[in-house]
Amino acid sequence: MAQTAPVSDWASDFDVMDPQYLADPFSIWDSLRETCPIPHTNRRKSSWMPLRYDDVTAIAHDIEHFSSLKVAVIPADEDEDPNENFDGPNLEYGLPPISADPPLHTWTRRLLLPWFSHKRVDSYVPLTRDLCRHLLDGFSDAGHADAAGDYAQQIPVRVIAGILGVSPDLSDTFTGWVRDILEFADDAERRQRGAEGLLNYFLSQLEERRSRPGDDLLSELLTTEVDGKPVDDGIVLGMAALVLIAGVDTTWSAIGSSLWHLASHPEDRRRLVAEPGLMPTAIEELLRAYAPVTMAREVTQDFEYHGCPMKKGDKVLMNFPAANRDPDAFADPDIVQLDRAHNRHVAFGSGIHRCAGSNLARMELQVALEEWLTRIPEFSLAEGEQITWAGGQVRGPRVLPVVFP
Amino acid sequence: MKIRVDPDKCQGHARCYGLAPEIFDVDDYGQASVIVDEVPPELEEKARLAVANCPEYAIEIVSD
Ligand code: HEM
Ligand code: SF4
Repeated sequence: MAQTAPVSDWASDFDVMDPQYLADPFSIWDSLRETCPIPHTNRRKSSWMPLRYDDVTAIAHDIEHFSSLKVAVIPADEDEDPNENFDGPNLEYGLPPISADPPLHTWTRRLLLPWFSHKRVDSYVPLTRDLCRHLLDGFSDAGHADAAGDYAQQIPVRVIAGILGVSPDLSDTFTGWVRDILEFADDAERRQRGAEGLLNYFLSQLEERRSRPGDDLLSELLTTEVDGKPVDDGIVLGMAALVLIAGVDTTWSAIGSSLWHLASHPEDRRRLVAEPGLMPTAIEELLRAYAPVTMAREVTQDFEYHGCPMKKGDKVLMNFPAANRDPDAFADPDIVQLDRAHNRHVAFGSGIHRCAGSNLARMELQVALEEWLTRIPEFSLAEGEQITWAGGQVRGPRVLPVVFP
Repeated sequence: MKIRVDPDKCQGHARCYGLAPEIFDVDDYGQASVIVDEVPPELEEKARLAVANCPEYAIEIVSD
């Protein structure tokens, strides 16, 4: 793990992997928004980090100056070739559509969207509900659980495996690879291991699907034609890997953060149990307050953005979580109001890269909370036990010990 | 009340459909549309909520 010096000046030398930022990014955003709403750092790479809602959404819409070709918050070393030790098709297109600009973005996104339409997502509800109940069976009599590891972490990966048509038995392995890529990205070896594991696995799956196509997303990507031509293998591989990478850590983090909130705010928990009709608004509010995902953009040309001298190749961290806490966009942003009526949050991004899986993520979050609250309406954080949070690209609890009667 | 969705602004967040499926639909590609000619009075409040929650400012009230 790359060791970094403690941060003393957040305006000119920020670090999203700093322990202080991992523990409490909120107060750092609050003080910076007043004095320097677009802080800069030279750590890892020259990077800017807009914290105001208006800046984050404006940059997300300005695809001419801000490209999505490099979206990793923790960049790979410039001289490190991610495909160096990887025997397979070159991921020269990265993980489209997330790491693509139009036109590649446009058609790859269109191939994915129908799989996550609200109608399709409705059909995944029974499976998700059964899964949650089964997980709860495993610990609801025990009086204690790790709400992150035993529950939240187990849900999205299995739902995605079903959509991709890959074995849910490998869920723990998938989770390990995705964490290596996103959570431990500062450790080049782990990141490489995760990427290789994932890509090699999907490569073998593509071969299998080609000979025995099913009715899953992978098979469809292999048989579909765009402008009369089949989709390049490297693109299919990138898209499959993206669906797993984007759908697992993110949703698990949202479920975990929401359970953390409900464990530590008994008045909100009891209200949600008493007024289940509040659930849809509550879900949006929890997504707003604990938005897990920060993305990156790359500046395409030297230019000045609101007084910041941006240089071609600079990184811009799209701090959707900070935008969601901007007092100019939300009244009392640091207070969770389960019935907040006006809530234009951007937990799923803004503009053309709006999360393609947002319907699925919302459904999983809602079903996971409903099933938990039905079985375990009263629970609290286990006193004296350590909660660990991951941060950087995806923020959420990784170990969350709770107790219940 | 008459409302419309600006197709150039809509990015398919589906907040409108989530709040008021009686008024909006969102197609397979994330494009929202208004499925009623006139918003009936009892749904006006919901329509206003959809306007206030669309992250892309894509929903307009054409006439009140
Ligand atoms: C609570 C859970 C989730 C959150 C907070 C989240 C957040 C995001 C955000 C902020 C983006 C925008 C990226 C950008 O602007 O660069 C995004 C894109 C994306 N997400 Fe999610 N996501 C979640 C769950 C999922 C799930 C379950 C899937 C399932 C497949 C998914 C698939 C995608 C894809 C494919 C994109 C790329 C869209 C594009 O570039 O056009 N996400 N997500
Ligand atoms: S909420 Fe806005 S952006 Fe989302 S689908 Fe409805 S109109 Fe489109």
